[in-house]
Amino acid sequence: MTDTVLNVAGVSKRFGGLQALSDVGISIQRGQVYGLIGPNGAGKTTFFNVLTGLYTPDTGTFQLAGKAYKPTAVHEVAKAGIARTFQNIRLFSDMTALENVMVGRHVRTHSGLLGAIFRTPGFKAEEAAIAQRAQELLDYVGIGRLAEFKARTLSYGDQRRLEIARALATDPQLIALDEPAAGMNSTAKVMLRELIDKIRNDNRTILLIEHDVKLVMGLCDRVTVLDYGKQIAEGTPADVQRNEKVIEAYLGTNAH
Amino acid sequence: MKHKKIVVFLLAAIGLLVLPLVLQGVGNAWVRIADMALLYVLLAVGLNIVVGYAGLLDLGYVAFFAIGAYMYGLLASPHLTESFEWFAAMFPNGLHSPIWVVIPVAAGLAAVFGVLLGAPTLRLRGDYLAIVTLGFGEIIRVFLNNLDHPVNITNGPKGMGQIDSLSFFGHSFGKSIEVAGYEINSVTLYYYLFLTLVVVSVVISHRLQLSRVGRAWMAIREDEIAAKAMGINTRNLKLSAFGMGATFGGVSGAMFASFQGFISPESFSLMESVMIVAMVVLGGIGHLPGVILGAVALSALPEVLRYVAAPLQSMTGGRLDASILRQLLIALAMISVMLLRPRGLWPAPEHGKSLPSTKS
Amino acid sequence: MDMPTFIQQIINGLVLGSVYALVALGYTMVYGIIGLINFAHGEVLMVGALTSWSIIGLMQDAMPGTPGWLMLLVSMLIACVVAAALNFAIEKLAYKPLRNSPRLAPLITAIGMSILLQTLAMIIWKPNYKPFPTLLPNVPYDVGGAVITFTQIMILGTTAMSLAVLMWLVNYTRLGRAMRATAENPRVAALMGVKPNVVISATFVIGAVLAAIAGVMWAANYGTVQHTMGFLPGLKAFTAAVFGGIGNLAGAVVGGVLLGLIESLGAGYIGPLTGGVLGSHYSDIFAFIVLIVVLTLRPSGLLGERVADRA
Repeated sequence: MTDTVLNVAGVSKRFGGLQALSDVGISIQRGQVYGLIGPNGAGKTTFFNVLTGLYTPDTGTFQLAGKAYKPTAVHEVAKAGIARTFQNIRLFSDMTALENVMVGRHVRTHSGLLGAIFRTPGFKAEEAAIAQRAQELLDYVGIGRLAEFKARTLSYGDQRRLEIARALATDPQLIALDEPAAGMNSTAKVMLRELIDKIRNDNRTILLIEHDVKLVMGLCDRVTVLDYGKQIAEGTPADVQRNEKVIEAYLGTNAH
Repeated sequence: MKHKKIVVFLLAAIGLLVLPLVLQGVGNAWVRIADMALLYVLLAVGLNIVVGYAGLLDLGYVAFFAIGAYMYGLLASPHLTESFEWFAAMFPNGLHSPIWVVIPVAAGLAAVFGVLLGAPTLRLRGDYLAIVTLGFGEIIRVFLNNLDHPVNITNGPKGMGQIDSLSFFGHSFGKSIEVAGYEINSVTLYYYLFLTLVVVSVVISHRLQLSRVGRAWMAIREDEIAAKAMGINTRNLKLSAFGMGATFGGVSGAMFASFQGFISPESFSLMESVMIVAMVVLGGIGHLPGVILGAVALSALPEVLRYVAAPLQSMTGGRLDASILRQLLIALAMISVMLLRPRGLWPAPEHGKSLPSTKS
Repeated sequence: MDMPTFIQQIINGLVLGSVYALVALGYTMVYGIIGLINFAHGEVLMVGALTSWSIIGLMQDAMPGTPGWLMLLVSMLIACVVAAALNFAIEKLAYKPLRNSPRLAPLITAIGMSILLQTLAMIIWKPNYKPFPTLLPNVPYDVGGAVITFTQIMILGTTAMSLAVLMWLVNYTRLGRAMRATAENPRVAALMGVKPNVVISATFVIGAVLAAIAGVMWAANYGTVQHTMGFLPGLKAFTAAVFGGIGNLAGAVVGGVLLGLIESLGAGYIGPLTGGVLGSHYSDIFAFIVLIVVLTLRPSGLLGERVADRA
């Protein structure tokens, strides 16, 4: 059964003299991979930041899994069910890969100071569950053997996978990936695509910003194209590729 | 491997337990040095939670030390009964507080202040946080120095004296006891008390480090925005770090007051805050063994240097004495360690070497 | 709350504020360029004052006939040179190696440097408070019932002149252009041929000269010098810099003067205002309270921040 995981309408955001987003709206169904593309400066990351609470929109309504969703406090976003990765990879560099993913479990667990200090049975059980789930997720994204390594010692591609694992740990309704393929070579991109496919096949919903048009076209079920903050096209990759306005916006060339 | 660890552990434990008895023989002054070192370890472990785990540079930590000390001073000295007649009427025998009241109250009061003083700093970036916390430390000190009028709460610069020694099951730490024909001095009794507190604090700190809360603190330290994006309520967690760290300071302060019998605002200066920060940073920020090492080194070493200072003092015509030497040492240590070993003398071990490019 | 008292407090506040302004400029310039709170900057003020005191002492012994103003001027110049050399050395030895370290390291080093300077000063000049000789004619002028001394007028004048020179330097010289460019975007400035090391050293030197001048004036106005005299004014001057907008030169001046006025008026009126509960001893913490209020309500300061774009 399909249901709408994310429904966003009429999002606008202005920064001083720049209208970064005007009246943008998307609707993502469960199990879809939804792409957000557009030339540099089109407003993709701004939209992401609005969605995940880093910016406050001027206008816009949001619904997450049928419930009204107000992305005000950043830390409420993960709790509500949206997990994100960052364009510039923001890992906890001095913590191990396993610890990074364990932090992802924070929002779904609850033991606090007292549990930690007194090592209650509840605390111990929760810690074991957290560690186990974290290891599972590391295995899932393919870096299980790197669990004990500090995040900053990981290779670039493995760091990206780690960030995805960490996002998955929050049990999100929607995973938002901000340019996950940035800086990768073609082999790496193929593997990333496989990973995203795998995540989608496990009935997860993904929102994706990407520059690599080939990756987007091959992976996404639907795509929105932004240009100068406006939505110039929305539809299947095939439709969008043929859209004249889109071709014009990209000056007729593929981004890569 | 595990065997070796246990053996080392046991040896250290035995060593620590026997130490004061040995030092007692050499002279009470040496036991005193050990006692003060233990109090500083307690402070450093507490500050390590704030600075090391959560990454919040608190330059006013001495405020909690002062609060704990003055709280105990008020609860266990003639000050209140002497200053306020209505108080003397309520407590004709004076105010004396047993240890099992003192420790929780000191911890609790310090925690409250930790949250209060931490609250305005939540949105500040690192260097500003440092200056504001420094300001709070100074504000507390100025208040302590001036709250002798119109209402005499702290007795101002004269300080508070005649503070009770702690008592445990009726026996006062201020007096020595006899065990199997062997006399254990008051200072040695305090040593065991402080050692117990230090062990408890290290256990608590270690448990916090390896817990959901500890990981959340470290996430905030590493990247606050990413931490928020993972659903961590950074405001509450920062406050809990301040509060938790403060409790150790408060307890240490109360112990200090009972140990010295006298406190004055002079003991709670900015220099103290700086020194505790130095202990944590130079020892190995975030790494308990390093922090303990830093605390012991910076508190005990200068005392030991007194014996070196004496000839130096006569050489330079009285310009160099132990306290100046200690200050000089701390300053030079701060500069040189940051230049040469910025992660501290005993930092957390690096696990995981740089990996070659895997199939990424 | 009578007029003469009010005017007196204003005068005192302006004089105090001038000193804060000069020191704040040093803090704000360094922070604007390398993002470091130079904790040791207050100590430069102290070194300036103590050096000047020593020089005056020497001159009084060696050349007793010299007019007071000349001794003051000469000692101030020498103090400036000494302070500049000291700050230059500190930057090269302690801060430069840590330029790419995480923020905590240079901060700790700066604190260590502050303590080191104070301790060395204590060893060199001995711990006691020393009187600073009155070298300018002790002529009071009447201003609406309040008193302003010749020294204080000189302080205001010297500050104004120093600011004018600084403005000229920053806006009309090549070095000034280089400094402004580096403060805005160090990488692009470097690409344009600006040598960052030269600019940074120049910043420290200029800041030191201003602080030394401030130190001598402080000594001349308040009459005593001692190795701890720089610490609190230094902190307060940093507060003033944040108050006005860190990295912003005009902000440092505005912040400094305003802070001086707040402290002066506050110390004067806090007693009557609180019915005697709080006295003027609390004036030391006004700066911190101002800092906390500013950082809570308007973190970028009165005139806005100007910090380098280090993306």
